[in-house]
Amino acid sequence: MSAESSFSLLGNLGAQDISFVHAYENPVMSEFIAASAGGFMVVGAVIVIALLSYYRGWRSLWFDWLTSVDHKKVGIMYIVVAFVMLARAIIEAVLMRYHQSIAVNDPGILSPDHFGQLFSTHGSIMIFFVAMPFVSGMMNYIMPQQIGARDVSFPLLNAISLWLTAAGAALVMISLVVGQFSTGGWTAYPPYTSIEFSPGEGVDYWIWSISLTSIGSTLTGLNFATTIYKNRAPGMTLFRMPLFCWTTLCTSILMIFAMAPLTIATLMLALDRYAGFHFFTNDSGGNMMNYANLFWLFGHPEVYILILPAFGVFSEVISTFSGKVIYGYKSLVFATMSIAVLSFTVWLHHFFTMGQGANVNAVFGIATMLIGVPTGVKVYDWLLTMVRGRIRLSTAMLFSIMFLVTFVLGGLTGVILANPPVDFAVHNSLFLVAHFHNMVIPGVLFGMIAGYQFWFPKAFGFRLSERWGKASFWCWSIGFYLTFMPLYALGLMGAMRRTVEWFRPEYLGWLQVSFAGAMLLLSGFLLLAVQLIVSVRQREQRRVPAGDPWDGRSLEWSNSAPPPEYNFAVIPQVEARDAFSWMKEHKKAYLSPDNYEDIMVPKNSMVAPVIGVAAIVFGFALVWHIWWLAIVSFTGIWGTVIARSFVTETERVIPASEVRADHEAWLARVREAPVTPREREDTSDNVGRAEVLA
Amino acid sequence: MNTSPLSHPGLNLGSVDEYSHEEAEPVIFGFWIFLMADLVLFALLFATYATMSVQGQADGPSPADIFDLSSAFIGTMLLLASSITFGMASLALKYRADGPHLVLWLVLTFILGAGFIGMELRDFMTMIAQGAVPQLSGFLSSFYLLVATHGIHVTAGLIWMIVLLIQLRVMGRTTTVKLRIMRLALFWHMLDIVWVCIFSFVYLYGVTL
Amino acid sequence: MQGNLKLPIIVKRCAAVLLLVLMSAYAGASDGFINPAGPVAAALRDHLIFIVLVMMIVIVPLFIALPWTLWHYRIGNKKADYQPNWEFSWPLELLIWGLPVIIVGVLGWKLWEQTFELDPYKPLAATEPLLEVQAVSLDWKWVFIYPEQGIVSVNELMIVTGRPVRFRLTSGTVMQSFMIPRLGGQIYTMAGMVTQLNLMASEPGEFRGLNTQYNGMGFANQKFLARAVSQDEFDAWAASLRQSKPPLDQTAWAQLTKPSVLPAPQFFGSVADHFFAGVVAGFTGGGHHHLIKDGSEL
Repeated sequence: MSAESSFSLLGNLGAQDISFVHAYENPVMSEFIAASAGGFMVVGAVIVIALLSYYRGWRSLWFDWLTSVDHKKVGIMYIVVAFVMLARAIIEAVLMRYHQSIAVNDPGILSPDHFGQLFSTHGSIMIFFVAMPFVSGMMNYIMPQQIGARDVSFPLLNAISLWLTAAGAALVMISLVVGQFSTGGWTAYPPYTSIEFSPGEGVDYWIWSISLTSIGSTLTGLNFATTIYKNRAPGMTLFRMPLFCWTTLCTSILMIFAMAPLTIATLMLALDRYAGFHFFTNDSGGNMMNYANLFWLFGHPEVYILILPAFGVFSEVISTFSGKVIYGYKSLVFATMSIAVLSFTVWLHHFFTMGQGANVNAVFGIATMLIGVPTGVKVYDWLLTMVRGRIRLSTAMLFSIMFLVTFVLGGLTGVILANPPVDFAVHNSLFLVAHFHNMVIPGVLFGMIAGYQFWFPKAFGFRLSERWGKASFWCWSIGFYLTFMPLYALGLMGAMRRTVEWFRPEYLGWLQVSFAGAMLLLSGFLLLAVQLIVSVRQREQRRVPAGDPWDGRSLEWSNSAPPPEYNFAVIPQVEARDAFSWMKEHKKAYLSPDNYEDIMVPKNSMVAPVIGVAAIVFGFALVWHIWWLAIVSFTGIWGTVIARSFVTETERVIPASEVRADHEAWLARVREAPVTPREREDTSDNVGRAEVLA
Repeated sequence: MNTSPLSHPGLNLGSVDEYSHEEAEPVIFGFWIFLMADLVLFALLFATYATMSVQGQADGPSPADIFDLSSAFIGTMLLLASSITFGMASLALKYRADGPHLVLWLVLTFILGAGFIGMELRDFMTMIAQGAVPQLSGFLSSFYLLVATHGIHVTAGLIWMIVLLIQLRVMGRTTTVKLRIMRLALFWHMLDIVWVCIFSFVYLYGVTL
Repeated sequence: MQGNLKLPIIVKRCAAVLLLVLMSAYAGASDGFINPAGPVAAALRDHLIFIVLVMMIVIVPLFIALPWTLWHYRIGNKKADYQPNWEFSWPLELLIWGLPVIIVGVLGWKLWEQTFELDPYKPLAATEPLLEVQAVSLDWKWVFIYPEQGIVSVNELMIVTGRPVRFRLTSGTVMQSFMIPRLGGQIYTMAGMVTQLNLMASEPGEFRGLNTQYNGMGFANQKFLARAVSQDEFDAWAASLRQSKPPLDQTAWAQLTKPSVLPAPQFFGSVADHFFAGVVAGFTGGGHHHLIKDGSEL
């Protein structure tokens, strides 16, 4: 690090930090790959800009989407961010799997430095910029509709949370072209990530991108919790809420309490790196063990933040596609709450090997195994939901079934790891890597894909192609097993994570199988893209305007597809659990309301995108030590907040006459629509009106 | 109209301004949640400080060497007094539809709060002049972070107060402005509680270490 | 496609089982604790097997019930009992809560027992006397100091078969993690702090050791060979080092602490008393109070 005695307009930033320049100066395969990645990203951005210009989409993009504070649009944008970042992180994974499959007594195609950045970006992106936005988006879109609300409690805050996450993602993408990323992994343990051992901008990119999105997540948790407590429709008691809302509530509580330790840990690391503080240094009273504790105090609830919404999706999907009420609702609620509470008591199991003694290790080991009880109960409750039902194997249901099988195997390895002595043998090995992928992929990812398949027709008004969905499902499923089962074996054979070169020839076969699996996973992802393109082209045959393609059980299925901006023309009165099923059974669905009232909806606002862009600039400025820019952008963020507070006209009125006209027109279409029995669900006969049995 | 006193904890406008009371429910509840998240932040800073106050001293000074209790005491009194004045402002907000009381009590709160920050800055300058900089040891790093985080929160509160005073003039005593004052009040009192903890556990207990 | 899904899932499950079987077949050729060469690793492996077997009690029923359910309650099967509002059964609740609680109780009792039994700090029960080794993890190498023999070996460890070895570990750089998989589990090393690990080799041989905690560019190369030999061979080796190898002086130490990957192991014939303690004391971090348990000399 150079001493900064002279003021530089661009801080530490120099020409050699641009990845293309860097590759030009060091023309080796590893650099070429890095530059290509940057190139792809730039080309992708250019293509998006070109398409937007060609289709004249800029006005719509700004006025309908980027400035929107509608929870439905915010939810969709979150999921778009997730898919874009998933593309990058999956490619990184395939690249690493390929490299490892040839790097046995061979340096492979990636330099150690590049490999270090790859596993760091892969993990950081998957957790913070794929999984978190995906679950946040799903909860955003669905939860307010399921509780009979018009929006979340704080719509503008919602949009700001989205933009903070997008800003973090943008920083990570920028790091592909300008400068290097951290090589410390997604966990970024000091002292390796201290300024002494990781000089340069890499760890700073990690710090600021993570900090931005973690603030966004805290605010999201706050927003959802307030919404669930305060915005429910009349008659929607907590115990009449769909399970997806219960999991949203528990996830929100976790977000509120668990993001703070991460903010603290990254802030302290930043102070060590930027200002010479001694929180985690080797000398002058620093203590690296504090970082491990703080990080995992966040990290463990974090993985429950990711999985609980997926559990919620599975509850909805399994009960809907079994044509049956969920089994053990109260048990499931209790189990979900127990998981949320217990998730704060287990963090030490991430560092059993740090030498704190048998007492401490044993207590945390027991606590970790205790979490297995409510989780196991949930798995059996889902199985029992299918019993005495009529099961339809839609794409969403297939993902749910594969989840049940595969997640349980991951749970087994989790119980194994919960035992400190065994953990001593497999911690930091590929066994650990296989375990957590075994939880996140069948758990979080399959859950989110299932939710995406399930609710896509509601959000966009037409169904996705089941054929391509199922093709994607098979690739994801077989791909998962082929990729990660060999990693269990390798871990037991003494192979460690984050390893750029191997020296045991017996690893080779397993690594090659794993790479083949990774290619299948990539295919699964690509097939999802194909599914989307095909479905969009066929959308006229796939339309479900009546809004209930699956014979849904909860309120989100009771409005049109796509729903109106205000969700419900008249806020429903809820009489029972599975509110919409109740309405259909009691012939109270699709009735014309007596009274229409004016509806107030929040106006669009440019506050959120302005804050988002300023946040990107702020993060970038901090990474490169461009202090004047950091001050300007920071002032810009808070200035925008203060300026906004002087705006008084923040809502607009949708007059009752307009609501009446739209709603009655839709009701007329629904009443004319042919009713679809479940056997014809996957045909163009299905326009979204379900047959009600008995 | 819901005038139930249970709709949210804190100042209850129900009998006086029913509309604001109803509008307050989700807004104040949400703010309490924000405060809880903020408290978790402070709790972790305390926990970090606790692990580093003795073991993190390395070759540097101990708390007893550098803490000026009388200065901290004066600052404490200023901040506690500012909570009292804010309480008076809240009462004025609730029971007086207009008049100068609200603004005067808020201005007094601002002066006391600014005084607190001034004293804290002066204390920091003194310590730095003595060489007790955060870069010296883990103990000092954690001390400065904890106390400065509190100080930054108070400063943000002061800026917020100025903005609200301007809004009272420009926008009047609308429901929106009232709810903002109520939230600032909660924020201010929470910071006071945190400071009591800092004064007790960091300063008073610290000099016994 | 609402038809038969039972077969493919079973096929997939068989594949998983097959992989597990293959894994165990590979055990003979591997470096991992499933191919143990010492009592600690053997105990770890046995504990793993116990856990897996007990967990089968909750897992196998699911693997049987799920495909049966999917087949029997498929929408095409009109004969199946359809009860769309069936949502609770006390006996089932008792079973699905009770069984996991019992399983966790059993596993938890075993966990408690084994965690204390296999505490890395716990001295091993053995008839032979303790062999002391002090390990310093550097970038990207392992330095082993034998305080009783007064010698040092870098990236190679020599121990005596059948003698319990007590490792005291610290780091000269970042957090690292010491492991010889075939002998036992791992322990972190941290600068300014001392951790402990007790291992023993019950058969002679060569076992791979490594650092498991990522620490930069040379991480993949930070491997060493652990050799378990007879007492006589060990003594002869120590003696030859004392005679022929240079001392570990300041210059040599400065060279070692530079980040580098060594092409071959290095050896030193003498080392200052309490050298290890000096390395630990050289870091003024705040954590050292926790981890020196027994107050013995370093």
